[in-house]
Amino acid sequence: MSGMQRDLGRRIRGAWDSDLAHDFRRSPAAICASLVLLAFLVAGLLPSLVAPVPVFDLTRINLRDAFIPPAWAEGGSARFLLGTDGQGRDLLSAIIYGARVSMVVGLGSVVLALAIGVPLGLIAGYRGGRLDALIMRVADVQLTFPAILVAVILDGVARAALGQATHERYLVPLLILAIGLTGWVQYARTVRGCTLVERQRDYVAAAILVGRGPGAVMLRHILPNVLTPVLVLATIHLAVAIILEATLSFVGLGIPPTQPSLGTLVRMGNDYLLSGEWWIAIFPGLTLLLLVLAVNILGDWLRDALNPMLQ
Amino acid sequence: MIAYLLARLWQAAIVMLTVVALAFVMFTYLGDPVVAILGADSTAAARAEVRRELGLDQPMIVQFVDYLGRLLAGDFGISYRLGTPVDRVLVERLPATVELAVFGMALALALGIPLGIVTALRRRSLGSQALLGVSLIGISMPSFLAGLLLIWLFSVTLEMLPSFGRGETIDLGWWTTGLLTGSGLRSLVLPALTIAIFQVAMMMRLVRAEMLEVMRKEYIRFARARGLSDRAVHLRHALRNTLVPVVTIAGLQLGSVIAFAVITESVFQWPGLGLLFLQSVAAADVPVISTYLVLIAALFVAINLSVDLLYLWIDPRLRSAAGAEAIRR
Repeated sequence: MSGMQRDLGRRIRGAWDSDLAHDFRRSPAAICASLVLLAFLVAGLLPSLVAPVPVFDLTRINLRDAFIPPAWAEGGSARFLLGTDGQGRDLLSAIIYGARVSMVVGLGSVVLALAIGVPLGLIAGYRGGRLDALIMRVADVQLTFPAILVAVILDGVARAALGQATHERYLVPLLILAIGLTGWVQYARTVRGCTLVERQRDYVAAAILVGRGPGAVMLRHILPNVLTPVLVLATIHLAVAIILEATLSFVGLGIPPTQPSLGTLVRMGNDYLLSGEWWIAIFPGLTLLLLVLAVNILGDWLRDALNPMLQ
Repeated sequence: MIAYLLARLWQAAIVMLTVVALAFVMFTYLGDPVVAILGADSTAAARAEVRRELGLDQPMIVQFVDYLGRLLAGDFGISYRLGTPVDRVLVERLPATVELAVFGMALALALGIPLGIVTALRRRSLGSQALLGVSLIGISMPSFLAGLLLIWLFSVTLEMLPSFGRGETIDLGWWTTGLLTGSGLRSLVLPALTIAIFQVAMMMRLVRAEMLEVMRKEYIRFARARGLSDRAVHLRHALRNTLVPVVTIAGLQLGSVIAFAVITESVFQWPGLGLLFLQSVAAADVPVISTYLVLIAALFVAINLSVDLLYLWIDPRLRSAAGAEAIRR
């Protein structure tokens, strides 16, 4: 028991002393971004503890509270720090619940894209030949189109194929599917490129010589050595996925108002922007910007920290 | 060089054929066009009659060849939602999108490339660091949010610029333009800025990264050792070698500008192709969606091909097969 504890202690100390951690401690931007993301994560995991009001409890909503400006503005109320929306919901609470939806869809899409792209890249790079050519041609065709168009088209296809009612019931998984499918190409290309290099290394030849099967060579020997660029890619992709979800929701093809994401909240507030109730759209929008910015700063730092060429 | 060209053309043809096949599958199997034409309460006999008239009872391969023929003849079917031929709707909406995309792109190129070069050359200066920080906000900003903030600032608060529509347009017969009227020009400012914000940030970061990469090369050090002025080193050696990736980026960004115009058009109710596309997706208007898909694919393939041709012109090494092989390594 004490041995295990000592081992754990040593591991933590090892991680603390590693180059990456050393780099991290010296980058104020990365530290700030991590703190912001940590706050988002806590709020996303325990929204009921953080949010002042459970916004989707209809009994707690009063229409007379509609359109109250933020607490510091004229006519604001201390009960609603960031004001209320058109239905009298507390905006801060709606934003906290909305960020949770945005993060779920974003993370889900990244995981899906990883699950498709990394194996395909490994197989394409390791096997080569016809399979490689096929996978990379499909990737080329998809790369011809920007992600947002692919996502909109996938969503349109799902809508037409499933019918409006079924589509609505499975909206979150379908959205994750649409956004995740737009992202796999980058992973496949990167992993393939790295696999082509790693395949030539002696350790791979050694593994094959001792009788490891191709699956084991790919998963246990090559995969761990190509994960660094994948990690950087996944961070940047998370920012892109969150933006994609927000954009789809904003144009009305994403999450509906009943369980709004940040993009949906901006869409709902957009109707009131011209009539002067600016806070309903602007605060969810700025929250979205903060979330994406924090992810991007972290991704930027990771890329520089993990790339020995730049140091 | 001929082999290179042929390979690119072949690849372009494959992409187009794939997309057309996808569009055909969508067109044929998503939603029932017969029901869409006759209405849900039509009789089975009437449906069979229309099905035969439209050729939907033919084998699939015959239908596909038929579809291809109609596409090439410019007959894209009839919009379920609007009840008018798709080609007429598209031609009507095209000028608005082209004017928006061209202006947004011009703005992005005019700002992004110089900023990228300057921030690469003066890497450690405070101004460059600040610009880099701002550009991170730029690429983190969803374009609909940028549009919204611009509307809030310039339309609602300052009441300087219009927040929706194209303003007054002048019909030139084959083209309607908003560039010849005051209200048309004023309406163009905010949407074009919205497109440019993300693109400027993106372009600046990419150009900077490329330029830094080039500045580390041996031939730059050698050029300095020969006693060439900074100006000559930067412009003749560094910039010229940065140009290849920049052309790729610019070409691909033009596609992304058109894609993001979808969002910008929705924010500003700009009556272009993007807004039409979104409305069609929401209404599952398959003829319009599939046609848009084919046309956008054609556009992107054309852009990619021109980018490849520009390569040949900028980078002479590509003109010989051996040179191309050497670069690929």
